[in-house]
Amino acid sequence: MLFTSYEFLLFLLVVFIMYYLLPGRAQWSFLLLASYAFYFMCDPRYLIFIMVTTVTTFFAAKKISDKKESFDAWFKEHKKEYEKEERKALKAKEHSAEKKIFLACLLFNLGILAVTKYTNFTIANINSILNTFGRPDGISFVDLIIPMGISFYTFQSMGYLIDVFNGKFKAQDNLFKFALFVSFFPQLVQGPISRYADLSQTLYEEHKFDWRTVSFGLERILWGFFKKLVIADRILVVVQAIIADPDTYNGFYAFAGAMFYALELYADFTGGIDITIGVAETMGIKVTENFIRPYFSKNIKEYWNRWHITMGTWFTDYIFYPISASQFMMKLSKKSRARLGNNLGKRVPVYLSSFIVWFTTGIWHGASWNFIVWGLGNFVVIMISQELEPFYRWFHSKVHVDGTFGWRLFQVIRTVLIMSSLRMFDCYRDVPLTFKMFGSIFADSCLAQLTPAAFTGMGITGFDYAVVFIGMLILVAVSLIQRSGSVRVKIANCAAPVRFIIWYSLFMATLIFGAYGIGYSASQFIYNQF
Amino acid sequence: MKRIITILLAVTISITGLFFTTKLLEPKYMTGILEGAMIGEYYDDPIDHDVVFIGDCELYENISPVYLWENYGINSYIRGSAQQLIWQSYYLAEETIKREHPDMIVFNVLSMKYNEPQNEAYNRMTIDGMKWSKSKVDTINASMTEDEHFIEYLFPILRYHSRWSDLNSDDFKYLFHRDKVSFNGYYMRVDVKEATDVPEGRPLADYQFGENAYYYLDKLTKLCKENDVKLVLVKAPTLYPYWYDEWDKQIVDYADENNLTYINFLEAQDEIGLDWSKDTYDGGLHLNLAGAEKLSKYFGMILSNDMKVPDRRGDEKLAKYWDSVEKRYNAEIKRQTDNLEKFGNVHGDTED
Amino acid sequence: MAPMGDGLREHGVLGGRYDNKEEKMEELLEILGDLHPEVDFTTAKDLVTGGILDSFDIVSLISEINEEFDITIGAAELTPENFASAETIYALIKAKLDDED
Repeated sequence: MLFTSYEFLLFLLVVFIMYYLLPGRAQWSFLLLASYAFYFMCDPRYLIFIMVTTVTTFFAAKKISDKKESFDAWFKEHKKEYEKEERKALKAKEHSAEKKIFLACLLFNLGILAVTKYTNFTIANINSILNTFGRPDGISFVDLIIPMGISFYTFQSMGYLIDVFNGKFKAQDNLFKFALFVSFFPQLVQGPISRYADLSQTLYEEHKFDWRTVSFGLERILWGFFKKLVIADRILVVVQAIIADPDTYNGFYAFAGAMFYALELYADFTGGIDITIGVAETMGIKVTENFIRPYFSKNIKEYWNRWHITMGTWFTDYIFYPISASQFMMKLSKKSRARLGNNLGKRVPVYLSSFIVWFTTGIWHGASWNFIVWGLGNFVVIMISQELEPFYRWFHSKVHVDGTFGWRLFQVIRTVLIMSSLRMFDCYRDVPLTFKMFGSIFADSCLAQLTPAAFTGMGITGFDYAVVFIGMLILVAVSLIQRSGSVRVKIANCAAPVRFIIWYSLFMATLIFGAYGIGYSASQFIYNQF
Repeated sequence: MKRIITILLAVTISITGLFFTTKLLEPKYMTGILEGAMIGEYYDDPIDHDVVFIGDCELYENISPVYLWENYGINSYIRGSAQQLIWQSYYLAEETIKREHPDMIVFNVLSMKYNEPQNEAYNRMTIDGMKWSKSKVDTINASMTEDEHFIEYLFPILRYHSRWSDLNSDDFKYLFHRDKVSFNGYYMRVDVKEATDVPEGRPLADYQFGENAYYYLDKLTKLCKENDVKLVLVKAPTLYPYWYDEWDKQIVDYADENNLTYINFLEAQDEIGLDWSKDTYDGGLHLNLAGAEKLSKYFGMILSNDMKVPDRRGDEKLAKYWDSVEKRYNAEIKRQTDNLEKFGNVHGDTED
Repeated sequence: MAPMGDGLREHGVLGGRYDNKEEKMEELLEILGDLHPEVDFTTAKDLVTGGILDSFDIVSLISEINEEFDITIGAAELTPENFASAETIYALIKAKLDDED
């Protein structure tokens, strides 16, 4: 069930009305029911996967949490009876017992994710290796279903498990409450990857109908639909046309394609998240923000703190830190500092961990080499900018441009260009083609390509480009206003007629200029022979 | 109190805005493709027709109610639309009977060849013009193709929103009214394109009409019987789409079993006097005015002599109405003939 | 460094080991200063949320702290709260040292 379908809107309406009609203490149970119904309507087979993850994670976390609690209570009482070394040993023993449960659950669930998502990718790679050794027959692919949102809910559950294991909070006692945390329907399709500590604060509470909260939520949903339907889905046609025919659309077109894709992806992804957060908000539930105007970032590192934030922090907290702070890395750090000097030496473990994180991030996005190379591309860019830090420091001490508008603009454009170039891996069929098309931007671009006819031949008309352009201006304007605080609060402070005009215009603009439905072309209605 | 007024005001403005936008964006079918406007204009006319023709272009391009009135005093209407499918005909019949209870319904059987929903655009041209009723709801449900949604019929703006870039002066001119495009449902063409070399139908794998088509034909038969309306099945005399003997036999059998009259005009071409070098405007698919009047003459004779459809020319009110239709009819003949002379086409397009 | 010591005492971080603390704090500030010479770590309060320390810095930091103070700070302790200021980092180190004792 897509967000942009009549079915979803109807589903939302029913859920919303029921949610506020029910007594407050039944609200969360109803949400669980609604979430499972949502998942069921997408594909009943998915349910078993999410249930397995929910149940295993719930019981593992519960067991760990209970063990921790009883050990701590016991330890507090008896610790005076033991010597320091004995105490250490007792703690270590307890820790390793918990670790066994933790690892079993973690590996089991990551295993499900790996098998469903990466089996065929692994087979393809094995086959190509076999092929180079003259064994062209290879292994046949398996027909596996990939449950919708599995990457998201698995990560969300594992984050919870890790936090419980680390003693950040006590495990949830109620299986059904935990099941809701894993399956909460607005974020099932595309995240954000919520943390239990954040989401649980409002997820299970009773919520009374509050016009301000609900109207804010609805506004956010509408804004999401505007971004998705008016901008993203309209320009998507052009992006697809360009990447589908790399021979024709090379040079400047490839560049335009990358730029259009930057816009499309931003509008689509943030629009979807706006819908998610908005839907939750109408029910009084607070979902973590996933984007903070990412294209306005000074550099790529900052960009990754502002784009798909919940994914970034997940990888940082649960992969980057555990690896980089591990005993092995600490030892490596010592060694490399001894060998390479303090300055360079201390960066070796950081880069090594970072490399692993970006490799994982890449493959998490999709089972293909394109994504792996894309992830590693991000790693290279970040590493280079890290290494250039002293140079920048020197540069800024000589040339005083830092903080000026021109320099900020340069940084923003640089961010957009670098990210768009990397994202070409997301567009083209395979890695070599992507490199070829990137090269062609510099080799084949010429002014002759810049004809209006070429662009209107990509499936949309001049009118459509105008709509996209105006939509983009609105997007930029809203982002600029947002820097000084919530746009919705600002709108709420306006006089009623102004508020009405803004809401109604946004609604009508989405309704009329949205690229949804069958679409009208007079030629369909040409009467031919009947 | 003030709050309630504010809310009411906001709701009123919102709904009015939506209403206007919908009206503006809906296709008007006033130039070019006129077929989309035909179902809607039925509702403006006086009702009590004795005969209502229901079906596809084989009726609305081939029979002239004006001719039937002028020569036989038959008060008739054609509820025709492009590629009207049999369930659409059924629900139009249901609606017509409820509305005016005619003595006779004439149904053209070509649409028996379609067993499933076909084309979204044609669905819209048939259904959009209907007034809301249970019949309309049922016909929508029976007609929708896979990509369609009921809500898009309920709120046509969801379907036609993307016409914003196609808006032209017609859309503003016909915001709240339409001109008549037909003459009691008849779509007129005076030009000629002779039928040469009409191919034999290609052999089909299966000649059996579909179950769904039969289901609605049964329903139509039953509906007419229950309401004491005489149902007449016809097959227009046009050459294409090809009418197979195997198909004809099924209709003959069906008419026998159900005690219905079935007239296959293809077999009466000579008696009608059709001349395929003069009486069609598109090479034998449809009749032009000359052809339609010939068929009307022939069919009118059957209707008034054999089936005793009354001559109502004495009814003053009706005569007045028909007088106005005749005037438009003759004006259109003149317009098309003039255009044909001046521009070489009936539309008056300069490009052709 | 006296005002600094008062500040820390107020926070109850340092308990009774007054002498030891000053040296340790000195060392910590030195490590931090190496990382970002342009920042005054004695006053900065929102090192992580304010974007001064990123994940790379934090990892470099703990590898030096671990070595310098002979403790093990694990991944679970790498939270924005623990690294908000020099004082909170010191508190983390202190807790670890106490734990090891």
